[in-house]
Amino acid sequence: MAKPPLSPDELARRYGPHLNETPAGGWQQESRHPAERLVKTHCCFCGQQCGLQLKVRENRVTGFEPWEEFPFNKGMLCPKGVKRYLQNEHPDRLLDPLMRTEQGFRAAAWDEALDFTARRLREIQEKYGKDAVAVYGGASLTTEKTYLLGKFARVALGTRHIDYNGRLCMVSAGTAYKLAFNVDRSLIPWSEIPKAQVLFAIGANIGDCAPITTDYVWRCRDNGGRLIVADPRMTPISRNADLFLPLRPGTDLALLMGLLHVVIRDGLENREFIQSHTTGFEEVAESVRPYDPRRAAEETGVAPESIEKAARWIARAERCVMLHARGLEHQSKGVENVLALINLALATGHVGKEGSGCTMITGQGNGQGGREHGQKCDQLPGQRSLTDPAAREHVARVWGIAPEELPGPGLTAQEIMNAIHAGEIKALLSICFNPVVSLPDSNFTRAALERIEFLGIIDFFLSETAHYADVVLAGSLQEEEEGVTASVEGRVIHIRKAVDPPGNARQDSWIVGELARRLGKAQYFPFQSTREIFDELREASRGGIADYYGITYEKIDRQLGVFWPCPSPEHPGTPRLIENGRSFFPDGKCRFNVTQWRPSGDPVDEQFPVYLTTGRVVSQYLSGTQTRRIGGLVAIYPEPRVEIHPRLAEAHGIRDGDWVTVTTRRGEITLQALVVRTIRPDTVFIPYHWPDGRSANRLTHRTLDPRSKIPEYKVSACRIRKAERPPEWAVQKGPPQPRAQAPGAPAPRGGTG
Amino acid sequence: MFGYEFYVDPSRCIGCQSCVKACEECETHRGHSMINFDFVDRRETIATAAYVCWHCDNPTCAQVCPADAIKKGPDGVVQSSLKPRCIACSNCVLACPFGIPKMYPEYEQMMKCDMCYDRTSVGKRPMCATVCPSQALAYVTPQQIAQRREKPVNVFQFGNQRVTTKVFMMAPAERDAVSIDIVDYIWEKEDALVPAT
Repeated sequence: MAKPPLSPDELARRYGPHLNETPAGGWQQESRHPAERLVKTHCCFCGQQCGLQLKVRENRVTGFEPWEEFPFNKGMLCPKGVKRYLQNEHPDRLLDPLMRTEQGFRAAAWDEALDFTARRLREIQEKYGKDAVAVYGGASLTTEKTYLLGKFARVALGTRHIDYNGRLCMVSAGTAYKLAFNVDRSLIPWSEIPKAQVLFAIGANIGDCAPITTDYVWRCRDNGGRLIVADPRMTPISRNADLFLPLRPGTDLALLMGLLHVVIRDGLENREFIQSHTTGFEEVAESVRPYDPRRAAEETGVAPESIEKAARWIARAERCVMLHARGLEHQSKGVENVLALINLALATGHVGKEGSGCTMITGQGNGQGGREHGQKCDQLPGQRSLTDPAAREHVARVWGIAPEELPGPGLTAQEIMNAIHAGEIKALLSICFNPVVSLPDSNFTRAALERIEFLGIIDFFLSETAHYADVVLAGSLQEEEEGVTASVEGRVIHIRKAVDPPGNARQDSWIVGELARRLGKAQYFPFQSTREIFDELREASRGGIADYYGITYEKIDRQLGVFWPCPSPEHPGTPRLIENGRSFFPDGKCRFNVTQWRPSGDPVDEQFPVYLTTGRVVSQYLSGTQTRRIGGLVAIYPEPRVEIHPRLAEAHGIRDGDWVTVTTRRGEITLQALVVRTIRPDTVFIPYHWPDGRSANRLTHRTLDPRSKIPEYKVSACRIRKAERPPEWAVQKGPPQPRAQAPGAPAPRGGTG
Repeated sequence: MFGYEFYVDPSRCIGCQSCVKACEECETHRGHSMINFDFVDRRETIATAAYVCWHCDNPTCAQVCPADAIKKGPDGVVQSSLKPRCIACSNCVLACPFGIPKMYPEYEQMMKCDMCYDRTSVGKRPMCATVCPSQALAYVTPQQIAQRREKPVNVFQFGNQRVTTKVFMMAPAERDAVSIDIVDYIWEKEDALVPAT
């Protein structure tokens, strides 16, 4: 409704992020007590969804133990998985619902907070119409929660506008895979990766963003496989690449079209596969004709010889796996980029057979499952289309409503924020999403939130977005509610509940159900347990593309995960898709799609001559709401730095550690330089996990891919200059300190009643 | 664990420091990590290296210990100093050719990697090698390691000191020993290269 009620410093003093360094009671204290039980579950961070065991004692998570039997990671964990337990017993944890006051936030009883939220939502809908309220979901939620949220938006609120933070993650890949295969999932399980003769990783910083996958990559090399890496930076996997293609940000499409050009020019395409299993090859062949290696080299900055070599390696390999992630997808032509990679895979026949396939590396915890069952603005459960009459009828029947009552497709995540800024959407209910940090052009996002009439947040910590809230409903961590997620492989896995929510915090699904009841829709939300939600989800997804009907919690436990589609109880699941080249289209053919080159939405020019690209570091997860509160992780990489090549640094008189101001057409931030020879000299890199003066997303722009509506985080135009002095935030605060109990801060575990 | 050996392969390391963080979680020394981790030269490369104690067959740390506080068990694992004996003199810290032992002034004791005796003795792998996501630190059988591109080596030449270890370094396939002295790579003899004075 307005600016945050307190200064950023005061909010930080009360609600963090403070650093949790040790288990409650300190290292020594906890070491004296054995765990009461070990709970086999999964990491809450990132799409790898590594299996691990949480140590539990007296309803607290006190540590971790590797889970070596889980086949995906066999006990392996990155530092986020090792330290994730420290989010549980955390001093910043919200233990009561909070209501906004003139002086900040006060603890409220559940009835008051829920009644208030439901009343405001209803008032705004009565005044401005159903679609004046939007819902934001998140891809770190269990699949049951995302299903419930989709149903809540469409049945309890009756709004068109529900979308989720996976819009910033997987939608370019998803859109492209649907266009080519009519299914949105990685085509292969990870066990196929070591079998490949060639691995082609493009826009995929596997070492930092999917650490467990490096072992699969290295095993492929041990087997004699060659590794090709395309990235503007030398990331940890490029160090061992057999061929490194250091392309200019935003030029992946030209590289991929150049590769296909060489394949076709030299007659290396797989004619038999193309004829038997695909349509549209001729048009695509025509479209890449102008992209000879010379032209591709001019666009990308990659040597023509390297393009020729990569094309030959890929085409001549019997088995090739292509791995891609946000580098390829976070562009205003993200869908084209992925389609071009799929075109290359189809033309060379590297689809639907052992040790081959193109594969998206899903980023968020439930990035896969979170986009299958109804919190996406255009989808119904089971990866069904919201505009398909048969799908509407099926889901309406499961939900007990008339198909006409189901709203149509709504706006996507960034478009919802644009509509809030424009005054068209008046209220937002948000869970598991921190748009102030994660959406591009964060000055715009803040301006939008200042205009909103009502902001309700469900969260376990007070995120930067929650600073703007009218009411914050204290929700649950992943380990506090049972459910399922789908991992990067499309493997549906079981998240076990380890502990109860602390204090007066409540399980997310209870909160959503209570809101539905107060909106007069209790009969559609009769669930007593997550299991009941899952059973309804199974029905709702039945016969759809992401068919979960044959999956049960017990089957997951027995098989250590079930790959969807799994249409019946007897069905073992489907690890590899497009088997024998058969797609999910009715005719079974895979589709070539013509791609067209176009420039970035924020082009470099004389004023802004340097490329800015953003991404992640291994020790932080997404907007940092959780990981910026964990001491051991913050210690690995405490503050964002701007990576600059020595040549570019020298031209601006910048030395390692100097403060550097990076300016784009949206704004500027000042960070310390990390002068490294591992980035292109025409490009700077900033990781995005931090807010305010440290926020890379103050610099990024809101240009969206026209089909997937993903923002172009990976390509902005900027200029840099050496700063005269450190920025305000660095002078005032220094790095975050371990917490001393602050007056007025939330009480320790146990609640305030 | 019988039949398992420890292998270190910096070429696989991705610098995530999962080993550092996981070691810190082990019950016997919770809060202290015994892993040595380095960015080799961040300005020039993203190369990183994580390593554990090499557990020398004839440990230099034990040789130089004036209090006879450092013991090697029958399993070949070199232990942290014995608390009642350790005089916190740091001889071992200075003498170890790998730079492994660390002095903890608050305990007046040298502590180092003991290859997770508490875990390996009950059939578990050491914590760091269990979690390492790139398997730059690996605790596997010789048969498993033979599938890798690199070759395990446990002979290190530090000038005139030849050290053999329980832990293996993964080296290029043509190497039999790891040497850090250029002389070992030169065809002529060292003496012949030093001009007479």
